[in-house]
Amino acid sequence: MIEWAVITENLPEYAAGLWLTLQLTVLSLVAGLLLAVPLAVLRTAGPLVVSRMVWAYSYFFRGTPMLVQLLLVYYGLGQFEWVQARWAEGNGFWLIFREPYGCALVTFALNTCAYTTEIIAGALRATPHGEIEAAQACGMSRLTVIRRILVPGALRRAIPAYSNEAIFMLHGTAIASTITLVDLTGAARNAYSQHFAPFEAFIFAGLIYMCVTFALVGLFRLAERRWLGHLQPRKAGSVKA
Amino acid sequence: MLHGYSSSLLDGAWLTLQVAVLSLVLALVLGLAGASAKLSRSRVLRAPAVLYTTVVRGIPDLVMMLLVFYGGQIGINQITDRLGWDYVDINPFAAGVATLGFIFGAYFTETFRGAFLAVPAGQLEAGYAYGMSRWQVFRRILFPQMLRHALPGLGNNWQVMQKSTALVSIIGLSDLTWLADQAGRSTHQPFLFYAVVCAFYLAMTAASGVLFRSLERRYSVGVRRAAA
Repeated sequence: MIEWAVITENLPEYAAGLWLTLQLTVLSLVAGLLLAVPLAVLRTAGPLVVSRMVWAYSYFFRGTPMLVQLLLVYYGLGQFEWVQARWAEGNGFWLIFREPYGCALVTFALNTCAYTTEIIAGALRATPHGEIEAAQACGMSRLTVIRRILVPGALRRAIPAYSNEAIFMLHGTAIASTITLVDLTGAARNAYSQHFAPFEAFIFAGLIYMCVTFALVGLFRLAERRWLGHLQPRKAGSVKA
Repeated sequence: MLHGYSSSLLDGAWLTLQVAVLSLVLALVLGLAGASAKLSRSRVLRAPAVLYTTVVRGIPDLVMMLLVFYGGQIGINQITDRLGWDYVDINPFAAGVATLGFIFGAYFTETFRGAFLAVPAGQLEAGYAYGMSRWQVFRRILFPQMLRHALPGLGNNWQVMQKSTALVSIIGLSDLTWLADQAGRSTHQPFLFYAVVCAFYLAMTAASGVLFRSLERRYSVGVRRAAA
């Protein structure tokens, strides 16, 4: 009943697709996180105008579908003659937006950064006031308090919410297949159109996504144990001992 | 305005809204059923519910939608062949609503499960002690309080869900995103039309944000907020 050929014949393409999916996920998550930390600090502790600007950026990216954002960047930017002129003169920065890979990476990174900024900003606001007072009493400057107290504590508290965001991002990269990229979903769509066997093609891709999802969940559980160990519920055995 | 595409875009926006609301209804029903199954004492009910939430939350919504759309077509073909009926085309609208409802039903299951557990058991016992039937306890005590705990989670899921409706354009439903794509191609102004789509989704998510905040206020009447 199951046509194994659909999977075995396309195995190399599935593998290449998985590699692209992992690249897009990891690179956009890393870029998004690095950008989100300063933005979250500006959002909570920056001047009002800057804080509002960060809010507007994250509100836009959180309020619109990532698919539309991707189409806006990939198909939309080429509409402007100014951008076409930059492409013609070989401007390295703008050439990123001519390739689907660059467009996907930039869109995904900006999107996850918007969500991550809100997650970290929420964690920053949850900093116990006593910690800040203690730091000030030790004579730390505003910047030192941010660097030593606010950010490290907030990053720890953000791990559980951030793990959800990472999984959403892994699943979100599936839309890269709509702008000609052959990621894992793209490989499944090709396998489907070659054999007209939707169950084999898509269920196999789905199983791989599930495995990667569980691996991510496991990694974040390890991270929580490492950095949030003091908040773990006590095990039943440890009370007796 | 918009090179004569405004009425077509309005049709698309209406369709997008229909997809969103209908799949929300389906997801709420599936979520309540899933949560009841997950909390039930019977293993026969619990096992499929656990499988449902685990599988759905492990697979991207786009892959699920392609599977339902293309797989559903083949499944229907086999049934109609066997019954000797004519060829039936699977409707992308039905496929889109069914998939979105099915996917978000799994997220709602988790939200409702947590909310049901958050209602203190003593209140239910008190209800039974007054001689209320199971249904009365559910309707008068469990459900209204469960809703209070569920609302923030429901609001978040609904925000994610609205944005997922854009995916139905990939399976060929002429929703707002699909129509904007067509308009952008024929006028060579894709940026303009995608920007309109963004504005529509921003308006929709902002309006739901306001709605959910007022609902949360309504359902937490009588709850004291911890002073910050």
